[in-house]
Amino acid sequence: MTRLRWWCLSPAGLLLGLLFLVPLGIVARYSFLTRGPYGGVELPYSLENYKLLADPLYLAIFVRSIGYAGLATALCVAAGFPLALFIARSGRRRSLYLALVVVPFWTSFLVRTYAWMFLLRDTGLINTALLRMGLIGEPLQLLYTPFAVILGLVYGFLPFMILPIYATLERLDPALVEAAADLGARPMDTLFRVIVPLASPGILAGSLLVFISCLGSYLTPDLLGGGKTIMIGNLVQNQFTAARDWPFGAALSLVLMATILLLLLPLLRRKEGLL
Amino acid sequence: MKRNGPAIAFYAVLAYAFLHLPLLVLGVFSFNASRFTNWEGFSLTWYREAFADGQLAEATFNSLLIGFAATALATAVGTLCAYGLWKRSSAWITTTLYLSLVTPEIVMGIALLALYQWLFRYLRLPLGMHTVILAHVMFCTAYVVTVVAARLRSYDKAQEEAAMDLGATEWQAFFRVTLPQLMPAIGSAALLVFITSFDDFVITSLVAGVDSETLPMVIYAMARKGFNPSVNAISTLITFSLAVLILLAQRLEEDPKR
Amino acid sequence: MDTVLELNNIVKRFETHTAVDDVTLAIPRGSLFSLIGPSGCGKTTTLRMIAGFEHPTSGELRLNGQRIESLPPYERNVSTVFQSYALFPHLTARENIAFGLRRKGVRDVDPAVNKVLELVRLAGKEQRKPQALSGGEKQRVALARSLVLEPEVLLLDEPLSALDPQLRVQVRQELKALQRRVGITFLLITHDQDEALSLSDYIAVMNKGRLEQMGKPQELYLHPKTRFVAGFMGPMNWLGDFGLRPESTGLALEKPAGAPSRTGVIRTSTFLGNCLHVEADLGQGLHAVCEVPRNGTSYQPGQNVHVWWHAADEIHLQP
Repeated sequence: MTRLRWWCLSPAGLLLGLLFLVPLGIVARYSFLTRGPYGGVELPYSLENYKLLADPLYLAIFVRSIGYAGLATALCVAAGFPLALFIARSGRRRSLYLALVVVPFWTSFLVRTYAWMFLLRDTGLINTALLRMGLIGEPLQLLYTPFAVILGLVYGFLPFMILPIYATLERLDPALVEAAADLGARPMDTLFRVIVPLASPGILAGSLLVFISCLGSYLTPDLLGGGKTIMIGNLVQNQFTAARDWPFGAALSLVLMATILLLLLPLLRRKEGLL
Repeated sequence: MKRNGPAIAFYAVLAYAFLHLPLLVLGVFSFNASRFTNWEGFSLTWYREAFADGQLAEATFNSLLIGFAATALATAVGTLCAYGLWKRSSAWITTTLYLSLVTPEIVMGIALLALYQWLFRYLRLPLGMHTVILAHVMFCTAYVVTVVAARLRSYDKAQEEAAMDLGATEWQAFFRVTLPQLMPAIGSAALLVFITSFDDFVITSLVAGVDSETLPMVIYAMARKGFNPSVNAISTLITFSLAVLILLAQRLEEDPKR
Repeated sequence: MDTVLELNNIVKRFETHTAVDDVTLAIPRGSLFSLIGPSGCGKTTTLRMIAGFEHPTSGELRLNGQRIESLPPYERNVSTVFQSYALFPHLTARENIAFGLRRKGVRDVDPAVNKVLELVRLAGKEQRKPQALSGGEKQRVALARSLVLEPEVLLLDEPLSALDPQLRVQVRQELKALQRRVGITFLLITHDQDEALSLSDYIAVMNKGRLEQMGKPQELYLHPKTRFVAGFMGPMNWLGDFGLRPESTGLALEKPAGAPSRTGVIRTSTFLGNCLHVEADLGQGLHAVCEVPRNGTSYQPGQNVHVWWHAADEIHLQP
């Protein structure tokens, strides 16, 4: 029994070990090294890179990232829950409505972000239309704003919210809703006192997925937020490219990873799992 | 459950508009005769321009090549891994797979960049197509494992026992009984891997060499420069092709028993 | 007795519990042998060890005298009919049946397959995939798939449990007839004692991983060695140091002469269709269920009665 299993697991083990764990290990080591004069890394080991995180400039980026991710998550709950409920209540059309959520989600992330650039820029569709209608005198600054970044995050990760909520609502016993009505609950009472509490595992799972995806996002703030360093992802990228401060970038990456893993702990405790 | 009322149905229309309109509008304007956002009639100018662009053509070729190679490798590695874990779980591998699923792309990208730099310094291994392909195989394997493992969860262990009971060795039981039944899930996983690989920008841009510029990298560069309607055209083509693939993957994934 | 399969001191321990605890058993060649017991008694684990899906922690398994406990399933000349049938859904009925022959390297599988298709009356359905077959047909494919390999022992895991209740009694008889025709040893496990009693040449009763008793159906029913076996084979009235089956426990309004009896008070009367089960309280914490004809005397709760029996029907446990 074991030989076959060994042959099955070793390619993946080797691949993940060499191309995932080892690189993470290298990054972890870099995070304790010193920046070389021409970029690169040098001895001695130090904690300087982690101390640098307390710099108000970088702290602000961290706080902003968490704020953006939190806001986007809240918006996803507000926008996603009703749609999940709608799909769960759609009888035989469920799979069609679900596909309408999933299909755009799986098409190119880059193209979807670009589509918003096309809509939001000064000469984009929205500004052009508003100007034509005479509602505004000059183009609104929509692109390269926090608004655009949060919009892009919500648009990009909304299905991460809808799918887990839908999964819990689909399993919800219809008799519970009937029982609530039978006991005198009005539709809104039923919604907030029966359906929402029972869907809370899905809401929690969806919120974590969205929050984590937002927190680690790079492309959305990069394209919709303009060239500025908006979120942690951009700061990391910047350290490894333009700023050439690999040790600091490595420390940032580790802190980001640690934050994400900490958030995921409650999910890992639950013993269902994907695999 | 209860039926939908008019208010929630109206909301659903708005929500679906939010999800679909940006891509639809982009699609419509890719046929615009004007290079600006005023509609000036139907035209295939931007498609012609996109097809005539040598850089786009080369990048498309690279993306397809990387996509096919990564799909073949990740599907094989991921399927075997899911099967091995189904036989008996392994906390190490499962944890690593989870970790790879939740690691932000940017972190994965810089980590791979660090590894490749190190390999270059000590082994003179330059960046190129192979580094991109390996990176894609790595981050796509977990997707394959997830999809195939989901199918295996409802797969009856008695199938393999029956095969061995009838004289098949373990390998024969895998290849003749289990693998054929996993094919729809494997096909679906392969399509998802291809889409993911074809679309990846963040990791690819960090580990690509000069000869391995991919389509997302070119589109990104064009989008950053702003204003090139042939991006609309190529974007629409990508959206349409990927939508077809994802619908196909969904069809495959549907449980035949349901 | 010619023994085809022997279990000697078989023990199977899992991490948390002992599933099979020192079981020794000899299966007579050509018999229809049932292994019965409540769920969790270790009968399934025993079957899986014989098939080779589990390996005993200690003890030996002998097939025709040869040790087999460490052989993989594909090197043992026994074959299993699974509870779920485990037919391969991607293969037709014919290909399912040919699967084992092909693994053995048989070139021309058709003659053997055709023969067994006739035997289980599946001719004409052989090109169908499993999902296009009825429950009974699936079971016959599963049987044919194993029988075509002519195993020394055919293992059947709860063979009737997946069938409709109406079909079960009919299939019982067919299974028995099939066993007689092919002459292969059938070892079947079930938790249904009626099924075991009506089918088997021999029965072995397991409880909590241990073998309680093995014997012919009549022996187990009439001369159980343990209280567990007595109760598992059918309902029992325990009257102190002996027991009675309800069908050999009588009720009378007058004290019968020449037969042992006790006085009691009727508690309940349950209509069962073909008869009544009347429960009487005998005092001292004892009570008895009596099977009485539905058109005989009618008994009312609270009525004083005499519970009587023939001394020959008393069941004394004989350890």
